[in-house]
Amino acid sequence: MRYLLAIYGDEQGFATATEAEAAAVADAYNAFTKDIVDRGLFQSGDALEPSSTATTVRVRDGRTLATDGPYAETKEQLGGYYVVDCKNLDEAIELAAKIPGAATGTIEVRPIMEFPEQG
Amino acid sequence: MAAAGPSDARGVVEQVFRHESGQAVATLIRVLGDFDRAEEAVQDAFLVALERWPGTGVPSKPGAWITTTARNKAIDRLRRERRLAEKQAELAQLMSLDPGEPDQQNRSSVVDDRLRLIFTCCHPALSPEARVALTLRTLGGLQTAEIARAFLVPEPTMAQRLVRAKAKIRTAGIPYRVPPDHLLPERLDGVLAVLYLVFNEGYVASGGDALIRRELCDEAIRLARLLAALMPDEPEVLGLLALLLLHHARRDARVGGSGELVLLGDQNRSRWDQAMILDGVGVLDRAVRLGRLGPYRVQAAIAALHATAASPEATDWGRILALYDALRRMNPSPVVELNRAVAIAMAHGPEQGLALVEELAAGGALDGYHLFHATRADLLRQLGRDAEAAAAYRQALELTGNPAERSFLTRRLAEVGSGRRR
Repeated sequence: MRYLLAIYGDEQGFATATEAEAAAVADAYNAFTKDIVDRGLFQSGDALEPSSTATTVRVRDGRTLATDGPYAETKEQLGGYYVVDCKNLDEAIELAAKIPGAATGTIEVRPIMEFPEQG
Repeated sequence: MAAAGPSDARGVVEQVFRHESGQAVATLIRVLGDFDRAEEAVQDAFLVALERWPGTGVPSKPGAWITTTARNKAIDRLRRERRLAEKQAELAQLMSLDPGEPDQQNRSSVVDDRLRLIFTCCHPALSPEARVALTLRTLGGLQTAEIARAFLVPEPTMAQRLVRAKAKIRTAGIPYRVPPDHLLPERLDGVLAVLYLVFNEGYVASGGDALIRRELCDEAIRLARLLAALMPDEPEVLGLLALLLLHHARRDARVGGSGELVLLGDQNRSRWDQAMILDGVGVLDRAVRLGRLGPYRVQAAIAALHATAASPEATDWGRILALYDALRRMNPSPVVELNRAVAIAMAHGPEQGLALVEELAAGGALDGYHLFHATRADLLRQLGRDAEAAAAYRQALELTGNPAERSFLTRRLAEVGSGRRR
């Protein structure tokens, strides 16, 4: 089964991190990514620019409304994600717990909706 | 057996069926990979039982009979379905399932099925309410309407809760298995918490339907026994079972003639169920022999000291206090502190107990907990500080809707003269 592991955290903390702290976080993510690539569980994953760079788009009555900022104001912002292929939810939870951001923020684990193959 | 009328016969079938159907549901979920199909098949088997058992009597191995009949019904249903080609694998699995001959290997796989089902129903990815409902429905064989009544929610709400939980198990990929060793301790804690919650829901005095509440207690004990049989080397499983038995043994003495709550110290100890106390103490001894101290075992040990004391005064309060100290180290919580304060009051006098309670009051964590105010009121009353006691009883009354507790608190409030005695 494929799961999205969405990484939420306080990006303020990340913005004020020293160079050494930022490098340590990057190293931890690289090590995690390498581990799940080696185990054949990695499908994709990326880090995101901060939510201050986000644009929210809605179409209402045929008009496109583009506004500044993320959809919801929350303490924790979406900062990155992985898509992984796991046997079951327990395996996905174990992976999520090993994401460095899990120690300070929150990981949301969501199964990816699978559609029957088109013949 | 005396001749039973048709409605009695139905009752007997329902009772046996409910207690034995968990095994069949568990096995069919494994084979079919689907809760709903498994439940449907077992429901079909129930209709057959209703038809046949009144005439033939209950089969000697009702669990195996239900599994076989449900399997046959599941095969019938699969054959009737149009997409039969896709279902060949399940059909083959069903055909090879032979619950009628419980040889050694078969017996252990049946055991595994129920254990798997407990862990799946109590998975941490499900909400606590969903875990409780699912466990009662699939393992306990309770009807949705019964669970709804026990938890005082409308039946459609409970039905929806069950549908959502089953959908999540399927869609989120919650595995149907006993967790591997490294996950077992925390997952087992989750299972024990569900059984404790089921019991507590039934134990809280007489709000709602008294009959269904007693069922909940019986059911929690039955499931704890099952778990203890399936995992005989886990001391906390035995600790929980002992705790439930020792509480349940006092059940009849906890409620007075007019439905009011009777506190431990005022209970008529001759109404305690001595056989159940003996059972509980025996289970606790087994837990103690397995070593490793856990919070359920400590609470069971406290309950055992109460249950085996001839009177409140003869209770070994010093030992109880030592156990609360141990519990506090394992599970620090304001409620444990409150219970410890009560033990201190009993061991060293109400003054010392009240001092601790006032410290807790300053912390504020228990402001909304009626038993905190009731305890504080009781200590004040013992010290003759009636006006303060009355104020505290009133606070407690504001916080509980439970009729048995309300009538107890109202009586106590009258005893301290509503605080106007000065």
